Amino acid sequence: MSMQKCGLFYTTYAREDGLFPSKFQKICLALFFAVLLVCPQFLDSYVMSILNLILIAVIGAVSLNLLTGVCGQMSLGHGAFVGVGAYGAAVLSNMGVPFFLALLGGGAVAAMVGMIFGIPSLRLKGIYLAISTLAAQLILEYVFLHAGSITGGANGLPVDAPEIMGYSFDTDSKIFYLILLVTVLCVLVVTNVIRTRPGRAFVAIRDYHQSAENVGVNLFAFKLQAFGLSSFLAGIAGGLWAHYTMYITPEQFSMGLSISYLAMIIIGGMGSVLGSIFGAIFITLLPEMLNLLTTSLGGIAPDLSAIIVPMKEGVFGLMLVLFLIFEPEGLARKWRLTKAYWKLYPFAY
Amino acid sequence: MEYYLQLIINGLVVGSIYSLVALGFVIIFKATKVVNFAQGELVMVGAYICFALTVQFQLPFLVSFLLTLVFSIALAILVERLILRPLIGEPIISVIMVTIGLSSMLKSFVQMVWGTQIQVFPAILPQEPYMLLGLPIAPVYVAAFGLSVLLFGVFSLFFKYSSLGIAMRATAFDQQAAQSMGIGIKSIFALSWCIAAVVSSIGGIILGNINGINAQLGQLGLKVFPAVILGGLDSLLGAALGGLIIGVLENICEGAAKDLFGLGGFKEVASFVILVIILMIKPYGLFGTKEIERV
Repeated sequence: MSMQKCGLFYTTYAREDGLFPSKFQKICLALFFAVLLVCPQFLDSYVMSILNLILIAVIGAVSLNLLTGVCGQMSLGHGAFVGVGAYGAAVLSNMGVPFFLALLGGGAVAAMVGMIFGIPSLRLKGIYLAISTLAAQLILEYVFLHAGSITGGANGLPVDAPEIMGYSFDTDSKIFYLILLVTVLCVLVVTNVIRTRPGRAFVAIRDYHQSAENVGVNLFAFKLQAFGLSSFLAGIAGGLWAHYTMYITPEQFSMGLSISYLAMIIIGGMGSVLGSIFGAIFITLLPEMLNLLTTSLGGIAPDLSAIIVPMKEGVFGLMLVLFLIFEPEGLARKWRLTKAYWKLYPFAY
Repeated sequence: MEYYLQLIINGLVVGSIYSLVALGFVIIFKATKVVNFAQGELVMVGAYICFALTVQFQLPFLVSFLLTLVFSIALAILVERLILRPLIGEPIISVIMVTIGLSSMLKSFVQMVWGTQIQVFPAILPQEPYMLLGLPIAPVYVAAFGLSVLLFGVFSLFFKYSSLGIAMRATAFDQQAAQSMGIGIKSIFALSWCIAAVVSSIGGIILGNINGINAQLGQLGLKVFPAVILGGLDSLLGAALGGLIIGVLENICEGAAKDLFGLGGFKEVASFVILVIILMIKPYGLFGTKEIERV
């Protein structure tokens, strides 16, 4: 979040602590949101649906980045936590609970489950933690599939479109505003948590857990908080997703989802909120780009559509590998470099 | 009782294949500290290459078997050189993710070439079952078990007595010390990937002969994690025992869950429940090296 222009001098500490220290930054953000707010008027429902999916992915990616990028606890089970939130919110909302309460309820259930699976993190690190969260993913997937009386099993669970005070958010453009609101709130929460005491503790744990413990960070409490908060936000993403797609099945929350969230934060930039947003955009748009490519090539090579589905996965893997090898700090770093370049333009230094 | 005995025998056979795949995993982890999430995909690619050579190119089984091993070695060298080597010294999450990316690429490659439907190997061994303790056992099961015991024997001797094996153990123990004693650790890394790919391919070919192959075969790689965690991430003996124990336990759990609660498909998740329990009680497994940390 360091989109600062030259010649910015702080005169008060409060100013320096501000989330957006310069006026230029605020104007840019305001313009960005103004464009976002009017775009449902001009875009068709297909583009809006992609925008909605990107926003939901942003919540998931930001929350995973809080856990993995900031606190250093790798999770291969994030997709399942999103699923817990989705089922939680869907069940509550089907029982007649108002939308926002159902969303929070789903988040709370996800937070609880996340904290339970976070308990081993006190003893386990690195590869062992990754494998224990992998187990969480597979166990939760099994529960989604076999707790048929709650989750509808393999048939899935229908959910109604969200309704607030009798106003139904039943089209892509209408629900966009709702999702945008929740996403902005979630991103603000994560940005601010990183700036506060627990956030500093998370970073200390990531950088070296034993030093963190020696300077008085309670490892168990903070690791659990990281798991809890991260899964809470994941649950919110799941609840939104359930209400947006209006139908949830276990295979939506498979291992593949967990992996694509991890890919988002790696391609975006570990530990960076802005990076999570870039990553979410990139990974959500990737299959759409491939679709576009094949439809445009359809005239030349009609057989292409048969291999498009496996090809998507291959391109995804390739992107992941290329980013890890050539740009391990992700798009956030590219963004920083680009800004630095234009700040000094036309001079190189 | 006979039902459970049958379950145990099936578990031992499947478990011996888990052991083979776990062996590959442990060899890579021991020498390079890389956690290979693409182990299952190496199994799948090996099985498909052998299938293509025997069925589509009509080569005799033994020839295509050997050609598959050659292909696995080439693939392993390529992967090690292009993907893993640039990441030496990177944080563990990067290394894990790069192998996940690799697994996506391999899966995608197999599906683009052979599609997603089940393919069946032609029968190589006789179909007439042997009788053991009054239970019928297919010859391919016996061959699977025998082959994996044989491979474990070979590798134990290799690591114990051959100079290359000793070099590999030295590298695993302390990379810098090994390097200063004149061991080329880059070639050791490549070698460990080659061994892992070869044993995985053999596992894939055996499995293809038992069940047929499809694009879901890579899922087998996930079963490796409970097996190696139980045995200890860096222990060959642990991999062997862990694979067998997980194979038997998951079959028994499946049978018991169906028998007692009428719960289907518990097999898929049983080994992971066991895994969580092991991690809670004994995180370094039965034979793993404890990491001791001092500030």
